[in-house]
Amino acid sequence: MSYDKFTILRSTAVPLPIENVDTDQIIPARFLKATERKGFGDNLFRDWRYNGDDSPKQDFVLNNKIYTGKILVGGKNFGCGSSREHAAWAIYDYGFRCVVSSFFADIFRNNCLNVGILPVQVSDAFLDKIFKAIEKDANALLEVSLPAQTITILATGEQEGFDINGYKKDNLTNGYDDIDFLQAIKNDIQQFAGSRPF
Amino acid sequence: MRIMSQSPSTLFEKVWNAHVVRHIADGPDVLFIDRHFIHEVTSPVAFLGLEQRGLQVMYPQRTFATADHNTPTINQDQPVKDPLSANQLKALENNAHKYGISHWGLNNPKNGIVHVVGPENGITLPGMTIVCGDSHTSTHGAFGAIAFGIGTSEVEMVLSSQCIMQPRAKKMRIKVDGQLGKAVTPKDVILYIISQLTAAGATGYFVEYAGSVFENMSMEGRMTVCNMSIEMGARGGMVAPDETTYNYIKGRDKAPKGEAWDKAMAYWKTLKTDEGARFDKEYHFNAADIEPMITFGTNPGMGIGISQHIPTTQETGAGKASYDKSLNYMGFHEEEAMLGKKVDYVFIGSCTNGRIEDFRAFASIVKGRKKADTVTAWIVPGSHIVEQQIREEGIYDILTEAGFQLRQPGCSACLAMNDDKIPAGKYAVSTSNRNFEGRQGPGARTLLASPLVAAAAAVTGVVTDPRTLL
Repeated sequence: MSYDKFTILRSTAVPLPIENVDTDQIIPARFLKATERKGFGDNLFRDWRYNGDDSPKQDFVLNNKIYTGKILVGGKNFGCGSSREHAAWAIYDYGFRCVVSSFFADIFRNNCLNVGILPVQVSDAFLDKIFKAIEKDANALLEVSLPAQTITILATGEQEGFDINGYKKDNLTNGYDDIDFLQAIKNDIQQFAGSRPF
Repeated sequence: MRIMSQSPSTLFEKVWNAHVVRHIADGPDVLFIDRHFIHEVTSPVAFLGLEQRGLQVMYPQRTFATADHNTPTINQDQPVKDPLSANQLKALENNAHKYGISHWGLNNPKNGIVHVVGPENGITLPGMTIVCGDSHTSTHGAFGAIAFGIGTSEVEMVLSSQCIMQPRAKKMRIKVDGQLGKAVTPKDVILYIISQLTAAGATGYFVEYAGSVFENMSMEGRMTVCNMSIEMGARGGMVAPDETTYNYIKGRDKAPKGEAWDKAMAYWKTLKTDEGARFDKEYHFNAADIEPMITFGTNPGMGIGISQHIPTTQETGAGKASYDKSLNYMGFHEEEAMLGKKVDYVFIGSCTNGRIEDFRAFASIVKGRKKADTVTAWIVPGSHIVEQQIREEGIYDILTEAGFQLRQPGCSACLAMNDDKIPAGKYAVSTSNRNFEGRQGPGARTLLASPLVAAAAAVTGVVTDPRTLL
């Protein structure tokens, strides 16, 4: 599945200051029944976003029109729980290209990188600054630079660096993925497979 | 071994190093995968990806398909009513057929939950790398395998190249020594560990469980423990293989036989952490500190001993907004007792507690008692083989006499993708692995616990200490 290349993203952000947001909240299991990767954004945060009768819950941030943008900012331990890549698909399909948190669950982080979402892990203190900046001004702009590996609150100029390994950075920058890489080393894999006892 | 090392190694390092096809500088390892399990929910888009790229399945004999996540647990002989579920099941069958992959669909006598059928058929073996598009793949680590859950893009990688690209995890060892108390089961041990480490306490780590408690544990118990490693954020958990492991595997359908068995055993016996090997983090717990556990909140780290009171925000150190949201969802308050709380539903089953030992435990309390009238109970075996054992051992009769019905195998109310949904606002004592908001149905309130605690709730209708019934 191809995705948009990622370099520098300047955008307003949507705040979700809840800890331990699990992938069952990002997309509940009953919406995992598709056999194609289509339309998952409609059910992003379904049960926090809609009442049982499908009417929008007014107090949920995605239903608050003042918050928009391509960056989702979540509380710590974001994306824990189920391995469902559908969670990353739903976030991407909704229009986010970057998720910021002070801590990510491993599988979710991998899934994001594999579908073209940049997970940006910042310190608890910087996460707090971002939430405060958005609280002060819903139109506050963040700038995420993949080449420089920095995230900046443009209104104040406050900045923090983030980690990403060089391999994944190249992938995101160029819009290619692990499957391309693995196809290119198939001979090595074949040789290795021959040495496995089971 | 591809990489010989003079320095002492951990079990994790030994297995990982034996599977590295290539290391990428400033990047992940290319890891060869011995066994790949697939199910109907996380595989269809991966097969679609293969088709779009014009790729083939590289080693179809290394992948095993079983239907479990959205399957009904009654009337499995009839067509699946939900058209979306039926469509996914058909897609799994078609894809397996098209690429020559073994497929245990509904009504196949080998069918069941992927993490139950893998081990019970001898597909899961020590020293292997095992993946599946399901986070509870960590279950298979009980055999001394590196086993972890992956996303659908990674399922496509494994199908097309039998490899996955993974950064090497950090190493954690959790030792529990001593004697477990009355009615304290493997489920209580892991719920206790998660409550101590929190739901994110092992993120970035692969855990080795060691110490006398795990050495004395059955394979079923070790699977329960490793299964929930992901609930503290760990990619996986492992227990070094020993006589208990070999005895469990020997003679199973796909286990090595004859000369192959001897050769395998020689290798398996090397699979233990060397004296002096280093871990990035170590924890040591005392078995005597663990009592039957129950969760009160909306992540598996929010667990306490069943006789204790719900802690205050300050005691947990959690963020207040998140903690309040969680207790509010559950309809609970700080400092309340868990004992005596009303229970509407009881669910025993899932990849965590859907094995024969779990039903034996459940029956030990139910025997001679009656199901509480106010409780709806779903008794769901992890596989047809488990179901058959339940019948053969007389557990079926005990359940029936007590007013319980046995359902057919599947993931069922653990994630409520089928019709087994707990209604909004109702309380369920569940032997599964997750108490997230809405996990067991929109608005459902889950109390995670052992099969013994589930049985005690099922016969009394309230949260009850199983030690009072044994």
